[in-house]
Amino acid sequence: MELILGQIPWIVMPIIFPLIGSMACFLFPAKAKSLGLLTSLVVLACVTRLGWQLKALGSLRYPMGGWGAPLGIDLYADGLSLLMLLMAALVGLGISIYSSSYFSRDKARHFWPLWLFLCGALNALFLSADIFNLYVTLELLGLTAVALVALAGGADALIAAMRYLLVSLLGSLFYLLGVALIYHSVGSLDIAILAQRVEPSPAMWTAVGLISTGLLLKTALFPMHFWLPPAHASAPAPVSALMSALVVKASFYILLRMWLEFFQTQGAAFANFLGLLGAAAVLWGGIQALRQTQLKLLIAYSTVSQLGYLFLAFPLGTSIAWKGALYMLFSHAMAKAAMFMAAGNIQFFAGHDRIAELGSITQRLPLTLTAFALAGISLMGLPPSGGFIGKWLLLQASIESGQWWWGIILLLGGFLAAGYVFKVIAHVFTHDEPTSRTVTLPATMEWSALGLALIAVLLGLFTYWPLAMLEMGSPFGTGHSG
Amino acid sequence: MNWSTALPLLILASSFLPGLIIFCLPEDRVVTRTILNLAGALFKIVLVGGMFWGILHGYHFEARLTLLPGLDLVLRSGPLAMLFVTLSSGLWLVTTVYAVGYLEGSPHRSRFFGFFSLCVTATTGVALAGNLITFLLFYELLTLCTYPLIVHRGTEIARQAGRNYLIYTIIGGALLLLSSVWLYTLAGTLEFTDRGFLSGLDASLHPTLMIIFCLLIAGLGVKAALVPLHGWLPQAMVAPAPVSALLHAVAVVKAGAFGIIRVVYDVYGIEFANSLGLTLPLAILAAVTIIYGSLRALFQDELKRRLAFSTVSQVSYIVLGIALASPIATLGGLIHLVHQGVQKITLFMCAGNLAETLGIHKISEMNGVGRRMPWTMAAFTIGAFGMIGAPPLAGFFSKWYLGLGALDAGQGWVIYVLAVSSALNAAYFLPILYTAWFKAPPDSWPAERSFGNKETAWTLLVPPIVTALLTLALGLLAFAPFNLLEWTRLIVSRGFA
Amino acid sequence: MSNIYLYALLGVGLFILGIYSLIVYANLLRKILAINVMCTGVFLVLVSLASRNHNVQPDTVPHAMVITGIVVAVSATALALILMLKINKAIGKSEFPDKDCE
Repeated sequence: MELILGQIPWIVMPIIFPLIGSMACFLFPAKAKSLGLLTSLVVLACVTRLGWQLKALGSLRYPMGGWGAPLGIDLYADGLSLLMLLMAALVGLGISIYSSSYFSRDKARHFWPLWLFLCGALNALFLSADIFNLYVTLELLGLTAVALVALAGGADALIAAMRYLLVSLLGSLFYLLGVALIYHSVGSLDIAILAQRVEPSPAMWTAVGLISTGLLLKTALFPMHFWLPPAHASAPAPVSALMSALVVKASFYILLRMWLEFFQTQGAAFANFLGLLGAAAVLWGGIQALRQTQLKLLIAYSTVSQLGYLFLAFPLGTSIAWKGALYMLFSHAMAKAAMFMAAGNIQFFAGHDRIAELGSITQRLPLTLTAFALAGISLMGLPPSGGFIGKWLLLQASIESGQWWWGIILLLGGFLAAGYVFKVIAHVFTHDEPTSRTVTLPATMEWSALGLALIAVLLGLFTYWPLAMLEMGSPFGTGHSG
Repeated sequence: MNWSTALPLLILASSFLPGLIIFCLPEDRVVTRTILNLAGALFKIVLVGGMFWGILHGYHFEARLTLLPGLDLVLRSGPLAMLFVTLSSGLWLVTTVYAVGYLEGSPHRSRFFGFFSLCVTATTGVALAGNLITFLLFYELLTLCTYPLIVHRGTEIARQAGRNYLIYTIIGGALLLLSSVWLYTLAGTLEFTDRGFLSGLDASLHPTLMIIFCLLIAGLGVKAALVPLHGWLPQAMVAPAPVSALLHAVAVVKAGAFGIIRVVYDVYGIEFANSLGLTLPLAILAAVTIIYGSLRALFQDELKRRLAFSTVSQVSYIVLGIALASPIATLGGLIHLVHQGVQKITLFMCAGNLAETLGIHKISEMNGVGRRMPWTMAAFTIGAFGMIGAPPLAGFFSKWYLGLGALDAGQGWVIYVLAVSSALNAAYFLPILYTAWFKAPPDSWPAERSFGNKETAWTLLVPPIVTALLTLALGLLAFAPFNLLEWTRLIVSRGFA
Repeated sequence: MSNIYLYALLGVGLFILGIYSLIVYANLLRKILAINVMCTGVFLVLVSLASRNHNVQPDTVPHAMVITGIVVAVSATALALILMLKINKAIGKSEFPDKDCE
């Protein structure tokens, strides 16, 4: 048995299965729900198995179909990609469970194939070993995400989707132009080869500038975040969840990967610039979130703020800082997905998401509010939660490197987060009569939100595996990043 | 998993698990909820007793979970931890009984008792924490669990108080986080050790250590209600009486004071802190708080508000005792940790009885209430005299040792502070007692509820009487075998070379 | 040599022209066309930079990239067009409703 299991190229499976699942859902819409759930489970299993393999090997390179570079496609996995895969698989399972009750039959027909396709594109992106494949997967991801946002159907959603599409294409084109320059000056697309050959030159600087612009646009880093709140807020709840939790992380992952492998040579000024933008995002996003009157917009601005934290690691640059940022990314994915699901539950139950009128609803939805509160703990960075561990590590890195001002931003961001989380939570404790609405909320929708929120909290207690995972293949090791 | 690891975890679980189950209970399952509450509280006391037995027989209890490389979550038994854990678990039982009676028939009781249990879990976690990060974890958890209790009534004033409480405590928590991380980067460990772990650091780091000390005290001072960080405490008294009792006597304020003890003794070490010149400013801050709290209390007509300012003042006795850097003063501060808890919980429960039974909230409404509710007011009187420091009640011994310690430390001015504050204590408590016992009762009370021929429900009456008796016993039996003084002497002896 | 760079510069010019139109014009169809012009610009850069010097056969990899890119661009355009039509149906015009759209 072990012999057979050992022969299977597990690295391919997280890409293949969602694509097959997507096709199957498209062909048999009546069975889409169970097919989708099954696919999500299988993907999680495959990722776990891949993790098992990586535990022994450290990192893994796999030429698909045996063709090899330059024309074939190589896949590459190490601890960093495994972490991202695992995040996508866990959130994905949660979203699948949630969506199995959320969508009407008509919408479900479109949702499942698109969602599984997006899942496949995402996994392919995390496993890509060259920068052009990253472009292709990025485009696939962007296009499916746009279609999913448009699924909500109203004028708002369509306009938000259109804006998102234009931004996404613009970002990809910047990226592609940068890739062209890199290929011209280095003669390779493979990340590992680039890491050895790249030398600072005007062409490289331009390329780094173009690629970063494109990716930052897609990651919605302040001040290029304008498209995110409408797109994330007007989409159906599970789509908002997957957009905020996963899709924006994909472009961040590419930037991080390139940074670790060969961007670092571009000097500290650029890193500081990214840090500054991140700090501005933390504060601006937080303040905007505090000002919102609609729950989903509040959560969307919170994403803008939380994404800012990730960029604080660039100027710090130490292994501890990266781990902190990635821990934050991972727990943000869980917490934010849970939060959007909770908001979806409230909207499903009440028919609106106006924060001022939540008092009468929240008392009817204790589980949903618990999920929201637990996710909020992680966003605020209070212990015990994954957000706390991330904040601790980033704070430690900022003090150790003497750049304490980034630490101040972390603390201020925490205050803002506490402000907007409790702005919502405070509505639980009112005298408003519980509403007499008789909508029944499917239990799966409440429990999937709670499950993800619990993972975000438990990440603050059980840190051994996630941190050990990040060590695999030592993506932050000094020898590796050159 | 052996007893050494299991017992600290069980102590936490004995309130955590009932709390979780209570959240899930429907509102009308009163009996189940009460049984769970009381069983949890009793079980916790049994477990703490077991831990005591173990410690006396030379066992060592410790549970560890690695959080980050070189940084564990640690729950550990030690003399100081046992002092606080015994206090909080003992008073929790009393408060639970009281809360069951107090909240009878009010809405959202499952939510209330759920958070009530989590709150005590966090407090015992604070007590048993074996290093600074564990302490921080439970300290923040305590903030989160007390917020729903403060805003429980859901009125605009309650929500305003809750908001202010959060603003204060979250900023305090952030300062604590910042200073913990900073200490960790300097020292490479956060483990509480007798006489501290920082004295070995290079002398060039001493200014940094002084800044961190200020940050730590500011972070902890919020909960300990040191002036000028006390603003949330008088507001928070809008919460139901059991919550006030919990806040002022068992959990929040005590967690802050306990944290200061930990920082001064087990992080910096009292001698090292003294050599850095940090203890005298802390003592002065505590003295200012003592006087300021007493003065403000003098002018409050609302009973709970007067008690709240009294807490601001009294908790700083603990800090003062710690900061005087003398073994005897420390002894006084530590026993006051217990004494203040027992006395203040009595006073708050009595105030709650007056409000629940007769609708009395203001001191000016208390004319002759002693004749209507003799038992409640008798308990209140004992508590109040304890606070003033009249012998032979518990509070007397706190002040006695604090005074002796001040002389021992060569800080004679503290005697004046103690004298003035005792006079002020008398000035704001004695008029209450006079009004209650000697003035003629009015024809009708603001909002009287009838309990047959008893003065009030027995669940409301028994807890304050028990704690009042405890106040007496702690004073009268101060030198009996197995007493509090011996135990605190043991704690103190570990802190001084 | 200079020939190659001329084409590459032309590509960059198209790219910039595209960005300009994308920002300036409100009509969605124009925006979509602008994106397509940008695509063409990038492809031109890729193709022209493929031949490093005159004597050697041009590198095939950028050509493969361009073909992939064209496929992506076509499907993106199709999606954009259908979205535009739906927006037109929903709000009666092919523009973003507010002024500061990009």
